[in-house]
Amino acid sequence: MTTEAAPEGATAAPERTPLVELDGVSKYYGNIRALEGVSLEVHAGEISCVLGDNGAGKSTLIKIIAGLHQHDAGTFRIEGEEARLASPREALDRGIATVYQDLAVVPLMPVWRNFFLGSEPTKGAGPFKRLDVDAMRRTTHAELLRMGIDLRDVDQPIGTLSGGERQCVAIARAVYFGAKVLVLDEPTAALGVKQSGVVLKYVAAARDAGLGVVLITHNPHHAYLVGDRFVLLKRGAMSGAHTRAEITLDELTRQMAGGSELDDLRHELERTPEPDLGGGAP
Amino acid sequence: MSTTAPAPGKPAADERLLKTSPLKKFLGRPELGSVVGAVAVFLFFAVVADSFLRTASLATVLYAASTIGIMAVPVALLMIGGEFDLSAGVMVTTSALISSMFSYQMTANIWVGVGVSLLATLAIGVFNGVMLIRTDPPSFIITLGTFLMLTGMNLGFTKLISGTVSTKSISDMEGFSSAKDVFASTITIGGVDFKITIVWWLAMIAVATWILLRTRAGNWIFAVGGGEQAARAVGVPVGRTKIGLYMGVAFGAWVSGQHLLFNYDVVQSGEGVGNELIYIIAAVIGGCLITGGYGSAVGAAVGALIFGMTSKGIVYAEWNPDWFKFFLGAMLLLATLLNAWVRKRAEATK
Repeated sequence: MTTEAAPEGATAAPERTPLVELDGVSKYYGNIRALEGVSLEVHAGEISCVLGDNGAGKSTLIKIIAGLHQHDAGTFRIEGEEARLASPREALDRGIATVYQDLAVVPLMPVWRNFFLGSEPTKGAGPFKRLDVDAMRRTTHAELLRMGIDLRDVDQPIGTLSGGERQCVAIARAVYFGAKVLVLDEPTAALGVKQSGVVLKYVAAARDAGLGVVLITHNPHHAYLVGDRFVLLKRGAMSGAHTRAEITLDELTRQMAGGSELDDLRHELERTPEPDLGGGAP
Repeated sequence: MSTTAPAPGKPAADERLLKTSPLKKFLGRPELGSVVGAVAVFLFFAVVADSFLRTASLATVLYAASTIGIMAVPVALLMIGGEFDLSAGVMVTTSALISSMFSYQMTANIWVGVGVSLLATLAIGVFNGVMLIRTDPPSFIITLGTFLMLTGMNLGFTKLISGTVSTKSISDMEGFSSAKDVFASTITIGGVDFKITIVWWLAMIAVATWILLRTRAGNWIFAVGGGEQAARAVGVPVGRTKIGLYMGVAFGAWVSGQHLLFNYDVVQSGEGVGNELIYIIAAVIGGCLITGGYGSAVGAAVGALIFGMTSKGIVYAEWNPDWFKFFLGAMLLLATLLNAWVRKRAEATK
């Protein structure tokens, strides 16, 4: 329950090289402008939040950082070095792990197989090279416990875990495999309040472990709980960039909802007893 | 609430985890439906057909099962990987035709033809896999195309080269007898003749199970079938895994094709059409999920065994063989329903 404490990252020395830095990055799909002139910095031990409504370009941004797409303009630097990632594998090799909202895990596979998917440890040689099943089971249990997830049975299909737990397993996996940058795509979108809290706790745990985190969300409340930097996207372009010191939750929510649009909305909803602005999942 | 750290090396006993009885564990296995079905079919024919229980009959049943099983096992792996191969049936014939015709036309040692056939058949597998991952339509359509092309080529080339729909006899050629030993010989144990395809079948089950459960490739097969995007995102080589699976099917087709050739000496170029469905049905009866990500090689082998028992059992019971198809359909439906029920029960955590 450390999420309430304000992280001190915002005061970090400015000359530190960011782990990931986007500068004026644009992406076009044919004649469609998916993203234009977006800049973002991710520092070790900090959480950079990307906020935006549906269709704001959040997914495109993620795909560029994760290596699924390549940017068309601007620069993308990893630890100060200009990069153009050809595949998710390359992104992983350079320390960028991405956890997708629905696509984080393979539901029918046991937890331990999911945990090591794509980076399975083996023992033996030649035709008898095989998975080190015992080590995989033990490590999965231990690593999840370290993140505070006490799993009943690592053999259960991961689909039987709750959505929040699945996200946590994916985060624990990224931390274990030495990711330097963790990109989270709407980790709280489909979750209830309590589950969201659990996930945010692990996001904070990853930050405390020294990772740079990119948190994509359309929920300013969740973003403000843990974020150090905030980038707002609107219709493919940046509509604001702030550090935590510069902005309040109310202002963030206002900007996120489009300022005057929110006022209009409030006016429209006036007759409803308790307007719920808690950003429902689509 | 604090949790005690588990003793190193020993999985922690957890009070929330109910002790799983071996029976419940067995109920959660993908093979369950097929094993229950196999026992039921066995008992059924043991009662209605007197000659079914003779060891000679059982050897015949195993032979029938093995010829299907050699293909059903790699087809099951492919299905776990989330794809189909409709060209699997005619590919067997293609493979046999290539060996026979290459050796005959080049008057080469039979083994040269067998080797060329292996390479050519694997190339067809690679073609299927590459077409699938380069373009992106369902594998159903891609392999339907390959199926039709191979069917046409089998007949077309055979007529073009030998003038008839079947190949020339190659039994007097060099290397035939040693190749026959490998692909179509008979092993006599205790006075009963067992076909060597049973050995090939068992070997394929063992290798496939090993790959599936104990290698990285196996983990990838489950992953590309159960969640392709998730697998790709964590760096699983999705394309290579699928091409490998199609090559596995091609290898099975090669073994089956060589058996066909060396067992009968000549190959009918129109054969094999329709067998691809039998392989798929055997895999489904064996508990493979048609949408991928779940199943086992042993299950598919048991599915093949059910096929063998049914096809031969009907003969031993002296029924009209037309009933075979009816039994098959009924079996498929029952197996699907049973599997769905079992999976639901096994996955319920409460």
